[in-house]
Amino acid sequence: MEKLQQLQGVAAPLPRANIDTDTITPMAYLNNASRQNMHEHTFEPLRFLADGSENPDFILNKPGYRDATILIAGRNFGCGSSRETAVWGIRGLGIRCVIAESFGDIFFNNCFQNSVLPIRLPAETVAELMAEAGDDQGSTQFQVDVASRTLTTPSGRIVTFDLPPDRQAALLEGLDEVEQTLKDDADTTAFQDKDHAARPWIYDLGNIE
Amino acid sequence: MSQPKTLFAKLWDAHVVRSLGEDLDLLHVDRLMLHDLSGARAMAELAERGLKVRNPELCLATPDHSISSEPGRALASSEYGERLGGGLRDMAEATGVRHFGLEHPNQGIVHVVGPETGFTLPGCVLVCGDSHTSTHGAMGAMAFGIGSSELVHVMATQTIRQRRPKAMRITIDGELGPGVEAKDVILHIIGHLGVAAGTGHAVEYAGSTIANMSMEGRLTICNLSIEFGARMGMVAADETTYDYLRDTALAPKEAAWDEALAYWRTLVSDEGAVFDREVNIDASEIAPQITWGTSPGLTLAVTDNIPTPESFAEAELQQNAVNALEYMGLNAGDAIAGTKVDRVFIGSCTNSRLSDLRRAAAVAKGRRVANRVTAWVVPGSVPIKTAAEAEGLHEIFLAAGFEWREPGCAQCVASNGEVIAPGERCVSTSNRNFVGRQGPGARTHLAGPAMAAAAAVTGEITDLRNLAPLEEEA
Ligand code: SF4
Repeated sequence: MEKLQQLQGVAAPLPRANIDTDTITPMAYLNNASRQNMHEHTFEPLRFLADGSENPDFILNKPGYRDATILIAGRNFGCGSSRETAVWGIRGLGIRCVIAESFGDIFFNNCFQNSVLPIRLPAETVAELMAEAGDDQGSTQFQVDVASRTLTTPSGRIVTFDLPPDRQAALLEGLDEVEQTLKDDADTTAFQDKDHAARPWIYDLGNIE
Repeated sequence: MSQPKTLFAKLWDAHVVRSLGEDLDLLHVDRLMLHDLSGARAMAELAERGLKVRNPELCLATPDHSISSEPGRALASSEYGERLGGGLRDMAEATGVRHFGLEHPNQGIVHVVGPETGFTLPGCVLVCGDSHTSTHGAMGAMAFGIGSSELVHVMATQTIRQRRPKAMRITIDGELGPGVEAKDVILHIIGHLGVAAGTGHAVEYAGSTIANMSMEGRLTICNLSIEFGARMGMVAADETTYDYLRDTALAPKEAAWDEALAYWRTLVSDEGAVFDREVNIDASEIAPQITWGTSPGLTLAVTDNIPTPESFAEAELQQNAVNALEYMGLNAGDAIAGTKVDRVFIGSCTNSRLSDLRRAAAVAKGRRVANRVTAWVVPGSVPIKTAAEAEGLHEIFLAAGFEWREPGCAQCVASNGEVIAPGERCVSTSNRNFVGRQGPGARTHLAGPAMAAAAAVTGEITDLRNLAPLEEEA
């Protein structure tokens, strides 16, 4: 996984609750999705009008916010389907950090698999950050520092966020979970050996045609 | 005497391979299900990385998302069927993973196939790259959806890194009124709690209503757990579970069955076990539900009027309601009953099992699908389709003007190209009414199978309890 240590950039406010992953990456494009092209259709129902032209009211279409690297979203962001394409799409748009009061659990986990940092903050703080990000019309930069777990706003406000040590280390060092787990594969073998004796039916399945 | 434990805690603790820190564990995965959309992709990624499926015998793959539901279909009948379904088949063959392909007598939607074949067992940890994996928890399992990177991790290591969620119990007591079914119970709960109430929680459903509910009803309830944010929904296994499971192909047999049963009986929340959150629901208050908005929590009793945005407490939710009304083409304050529909879809991992089809057929019998309506019935699996045909349900549907189709996800998610046209209104027995879920611009109303059948035969959203009784057959 790619490292994420520090991030500096424009923050785009998207004050809409319950944006689901079907909205972030519509199913119609999933069959052909790749990490490289997914962003072309990301947020499509919000980003484009029925005739296919850009919706000028959508924040990421507005001058100043088109190159945002931070998204400040309404609560329960990324709820719904487990599709990891939602994170690919967001990342493809250049966003490496999403701030919200709450997230869909699967989306939240998927972010960490793709070097995108999701930050949970209290509703009040999110509202204040949105206001600050909106007021400057995208002209000033926010900063995120993973090592100190801080977010610094253009006005100099410093907000500390929670980040479990394993997630922090993975972002800072770009660790790969599969490789890490495989290093201790003997533990899994030991678990299975013992468990096989206790619950043989888990391992010895019946036959089906 | 040890501390009383929740069912969830028992399942979790029994699967810890290693602790990885505070609240973070490496869990053993007993069962992995793979489908053509996320599964085929993750298997390809695994191969690209030069990794192997660690325990192929603990995996099961079946195509459901991308395949056509057209009668007589082949993989090539849908645009991506060959690539995704064929990809899944080839990867399964190469890795030795059990695969129920299109011609297999057990093919179907992953969340239907797992329970009905006995692949899903009480006490197991089951994962799949699909958020509705919560369905399998109805068997007393700990089952949850994961992303495709996590899927690669599970295939390579047969484990998953997880943070322990909080435990929540929803106790539903009392008798359901006439015409009220499991789907109404869970939609009512989501409407009542809001779409994020379960976030970060593993939910156990309990109470007399659940105890008296069929296995298929419990599967429906657990299926929608993710729609209020809970990745896991579960019901402790009991005699209903064991009866459902006993003769399935992959369940343990004879002495192994007895041994398993003795263990499964210990998998209940102990008296006095503490949950982080408890909710009580009175079953007698639940009416047949229909959703009006663009998230499953925007639901109401079919007898109610569409709410006004002002009736929501906060600005953010008011704006959501405004957006939903506009997308759905509905007016606040109007009665939801009487809203004209164009399409009806009976199917999906929520409501495509035999009892669902029976309830829909009971409504369809002797009636006709309204002129302007196209109505589909898509059984959840080949065994369900076969069983339904053996009792003549397909004839009832066909005589009434429904299409009787082949098993798969079909119009639930439209990833096989079977879309609802922009602006068309569909009553669907699936689980998501999100913007564009059934196709760009499609308007989805979620309901149970009997309500969906009632909409098909009347051409509008209808309280199925008001359907005029048919003349008695001679
Ligand atoms: S039926 Fe719908 S919800 Fe269920 S697995 Fe298929 S696409 Fe997902």
